[in-house]
Amino acid sequence: MAWHRQMKKIEDSFKKMSYEEALESDKEALEWIAKHNGQFGHFIDGRFTKPKNLFKTINPFNKKEIAKVSQGTITDIKNSVKIARSGLERWQSLSCFQRSKYLYAIARYIQKESRTISVLESLENGKSIRESRDIDIPLAARHFYYHAGWAQLLDEEFENYSPVGICGQIIPWNFPLLMLAWKVAPAIAAGNSVILKPAEQTSLTALYFAEICRRIKLPAGVVNVVTGDGITGSYLVQQKDVSKIAFTGSTEVGKEIKKSTAGSGKKLTLELGGKSPFIIFDDADLDSAVEGLVDAIWFNQGQVCCAGSRLLLQETISTKVEKKILSRMKKLRFGNPLDKSIDMGPLVSFEQQSRVKGLVDKGVESGADIFQCDIPSNLKGYFYPPTLLRNVSPSMEIFQKEIFGPVLSSTTFRTPEEAISLANNSRYGLSASIWSENINLALDIAPKLKVGVVWINSTNIFDAAVGFGGYRESGYGREGGKEGMYEYLKFNSDHYQIKEARVLKKNISVKKKSISHIDQTRKMYIGGTQKRGDSGHSIVIFDNQREEIATVGRGNRKDIRNAVEAANKQMNWTMLSSHARAQIMFYIAENLSQRRDYFISLLSSTTFCQNPIQEFDTALKRLFSFASWADKFDGAVHQAPIRANTIALNEPVGVIGVICPNLAPLASFVTLIAAALCQGNRLVVIPSENFPLPAVDMYQIFDTSDVPSAAINIVTGKHEELIKTLSEHNAVDGIWNFGDPKYVSDIDIASISNLKQIWSINGNNINWINYHSSFNKLLLRKSSQVKNIWIPYGE
Amino acid sequence: MPLDKNFNKRKLDAVIVKNEGIPFQLEAINEVRINKSAVEKRCASATNRRTVKKHNQVAWLLKAITCMDLTTLSGDDTESRVVRLCNKAKTPLRNDLLKKLGIEDLNIKVGGICVYHQFIRTALGALQGSTIPVVAVSTGFPAGHTPKKTKITEIKESIRSGAQEIDIVISRRHVLSGNWKKLYDEVSEYKEASGTACLKTILATGELGTLKNVKKAALICMMAGANFIKTSTGKESINATLPFTLVMCRAIREYRECTGFEVGYKPAGGISSAKDCLSHMMLVKEELGSKWLHPSLFRVGASSLLSDIERQIEHFVTGQYSSFNRHGMA
Repeated sequence: MAWHRQMKKIEDSFKKMSYEEALESDKEALEWIAKHNGQFGHFIDGRFTKPKNLFKTINPFNKKEIAKVSQGTITDIKNSVKIARSGLERWQSLSCFQRSKYLYAIARYIQKESRTISVLESLENGKSIRESRDIDIPLAARHFYYHAGWAQLLDEEFENYSPVGICGQIIPWNFPLLMLAWKVAPAIAAGNSVILKPAEQTSLTALYFAEICRRIKLPAGVVNVVTGDGITGSYLVQQKDVSKIAFTGSTEVGKEIKKSTAGSGKKLTLELGGKSPFIIFDDADLDSAVEGLVDAIWFNQGQVCCAGSRLLLQETISTKVEKKILSRMKKLRFGNPLDKSIDMGPLVSFEQQSRVKGLVDKGVESGADIFQCDIPSNLKGYFYPPTLLRNVSPSMEIFQKEIFGPVLSSTTFRTPEEAISLANNSRYGLSASIWSENINLALDIAPKLKVGVVWINSTNIFDAAVGFGGYRESGYGREGGKEGMYEYLKFNSDHYQIKEARVLKKNISVKKKSISHIDQTRKMYIGGTQKRGDSGHSIVIFDNQREEIATVGRGNRKDIRNAVEAANKQMNWTMLSSHARAQIMFYIAENLSQRRDYFISLLSSTTFCQNPIQEFDTALKRLFSFASWADKFDGAVHQAPIRANTIALNEPVGVIGVICPNLAPLASFVTLIAAALCQGNRLVVIPSENFPLPAVDMYQIFDTSDVPSAAINIVTGKHEELIKTLSEHNAVDGIWNFGDPKYVSDIDIASISNLKQIWSINGNNINWINYHSSFNKLLLRKSSQVKNIWIPYGE
Repeated sequence: MPLDKNFNKRKLDAVIVKNEGIPFQLEAINEVRINKSAVEKRCASATNRRTVKKHNQVAWLLKAITCMDLTTLSGDDTESRVVRLCNKAKTPLRNDLLKKLGIEDLNIKVGGICVYHQFIRTALGALQGSTIPVVAVSTGFPAGHTPKKTKITEIKESIRSGAQEIDIVISRRHVLSGNWKKLYDEVSEYKEASGTACLKTILATGELGTLKNVKKAALICMMAGANFIKTSTGKESINATLPFTLVMCRAIREYRECTGFEVGYKPAGGISSAKDCLSHMMLVKEELGSKWLHPSLFRVGASSLLSDIERQIEHFVTGQYSSFNRHGMA
């Protein structure tokens, strides 16, 4: 009878030539869950705790319970921190080779158990088994292999660095095991211990991973997994003993984390949202571009931070391409995530489904044309149909807001310039795809996009050797590559700190000298010209005898505004070749050296300078150092295991606000601006509050050294009146805070609006004259950000 | 659009809009853009995005048989060899398997028998009583370096001998030297010479250097009236690969969108496993639709593929893995 039905089916299939459901078996995955009685505790100290405060984890395809997981309490978190401390000691007592062997074992186990893990991942997340089996899990294993390498090379490649300590890691539900790998692998490779909080929707593969850690006998406490929702996560973020928080998730939560860690000195990596442009030029291989689009926005149901969700089409081909997209959409298949013949499963949850629906409805209301695929009516999970919204304008919310679903918003452009403007018209800056068969065009556009990852004629490709991370409000820090390792390491502070006792206490006796014969008016320096401050007030500067020796302008909000505006408007410095920047910086040094006597006598008049001659010579030397680095701090070409050159480009951060310390008022100022300038940043500098004269007197030197206008802007005044405005300004990309540590917390909070990159060190505690030369490298890294450009090739 | 409902005198399941060709268009050729990496990525992903299992796989494999141009094109071909091939073509599957599957009514037989001109009459004789068409390779197969006059005569002679389908080889030199008009004229002449017979144009993709050239050559052949575009002679070092299938299917789609004409696709050479064959079929379905999975629009040129398909089908029936010696050789 059964055989007879089979025969009938063969005949039908022969006529229809269609696909049918082909399910991957979930037997092993379910057996594993059953082995745990369907209930899971946390993984702390190398073993599972008793399941407690349970909540359900749901299969989004059939809305049925898969298992129960524990909601982590404050006690669980505190306990895990305590254990992570002892894990840290155990882990750091091992050699590089010993640690490397554990990472290698993890990679092997992920490979060996890949099918069970893939199925678990698809059961909980709803992604197709093809994606978990062919993409996520192999990449997760690759991350552990790659970082087993860094664990081995740690001592030789990062000799001036040490591990940060206990790392709190909070990961999202869209790539559960892959995000775990991106976080855990570099952290433990760098010698840290970890407390991982998986997303509450997808805890199981993290727990499976925990079991692997136990099976390979990873020392207890090195990797801890505490499950639970956002509340558990917030407990983790608040722990004083956690030195680093790595978070991947929404920009909103990222900003909350930034706020609650403000001033704590915790190291932070945030990998947040995106609204990535997918740009198709008229000379692209259009069929391939459309296929790329499928991988860009209908990969993982569009629940991808770097999903190509904004389609920018060259006007000449827009109709043709849209037609191709529509017919391609009709071929997408939906169904059970374990079906090996589908393209898309359900979204992860009901909340997600309603959120996407709400945003799309609004888009249609605001005037976009909508096309949606039909989802078969027998599918009852949290499905949302692939959606194309046409005629979308940048002013519409759906062009700006991250949807995190299978929704593509499309608009057109006329020229390459316009494509760049549209692409950059976003708060985000995670990734971009460029499609063109013209290498000149593609390589011209790539550096002009304000994003961390560019894919040329490709999309959504990842590798452990290539750093991933965004510009702007897409977060900061990189994951993967050597750049990703630095996020889990700290520069040894004895390389630059001075022994505290010596600071400022030593009073240098100096010869009293007349600084100037004619009264000098020192203004601010904005947009390449000397500007009187807006307030019309001055502050008095005293010398070491407490005598008034000068006044400088008392800057206010508007002066900061004007300086930032100038720095944003005039890009000349950034556009110069690195050779030209080097030449100008050498020239600054040359012109500064001509005023040697003047600056030495100026420095002699302040207690902030300990040795005027030495400080002046240091300033000259620093100019030479960073002028030299201008054309030598090269990027890299990564070796990803595909046929592509992946260029890691060191790009300037953009506009950096530099807050200078009082100590070594010339050397600190020159060191900081030289380091930032040599990489092409434009600067708004707030010099030393108490002795800004060496900085202000430099502007005459800038004027005579061919420095393009607005490369350096100097606003003098009271730090407490200037810092907030500067840190809040949404057109400032980074802050180097070397001033008074009491402002650190304020600066952290003020920076949240556009998530500018903050680097705070107490500059009054730095040995500016004689720091270890590796500190220069640190400055260079901080003055640049890595953009990775994937260039597949082949004819 | 004129419809030809009697395609090659056989009754068709679906109406095909037969290609009549269009005037030479250089612009279409100049617009061709192919990104090799993206094409390869699509091929890798497409075949992992779909799968056919169990009875569905059997149905697809049966379809593959009906689309198969069972081929012998060797220097040592003899009449007895061709007769043997024809007999296999008529009964491609063991009777007990057909019976077990209950598909005797489907009347499964191969799509065609592909031979050199010399063996057309032998094949016709051996195939008597069946509707399997005889396919003759032509125009100086495989290299195509014979005088044009000879090539035209060869086509006409083959048709006179009873070949219903002609697989010609294009002059690769026209592609490699960018002489698109010459290629167009050449194929147009073949088209004229072949009359109402089904004209398949072999691009010899492995000798064209780039995927871009493959697509350009495919477009030219279709403009000149080809009914099928075919990858290879089987004599080149690279034959029917998935990237060629993808690029050629996209060319067919593009040509159809512009002209309304439907052109068939024939990968040939190098496809020897059932799994490979299914991969090509899935790609064809994804890019062109189910309509193309029919002998009137899809053929696969093969000699050893059939044996592997038989083994897979026996495995489905018995649950045991099969071996080659259990199935009658071609």
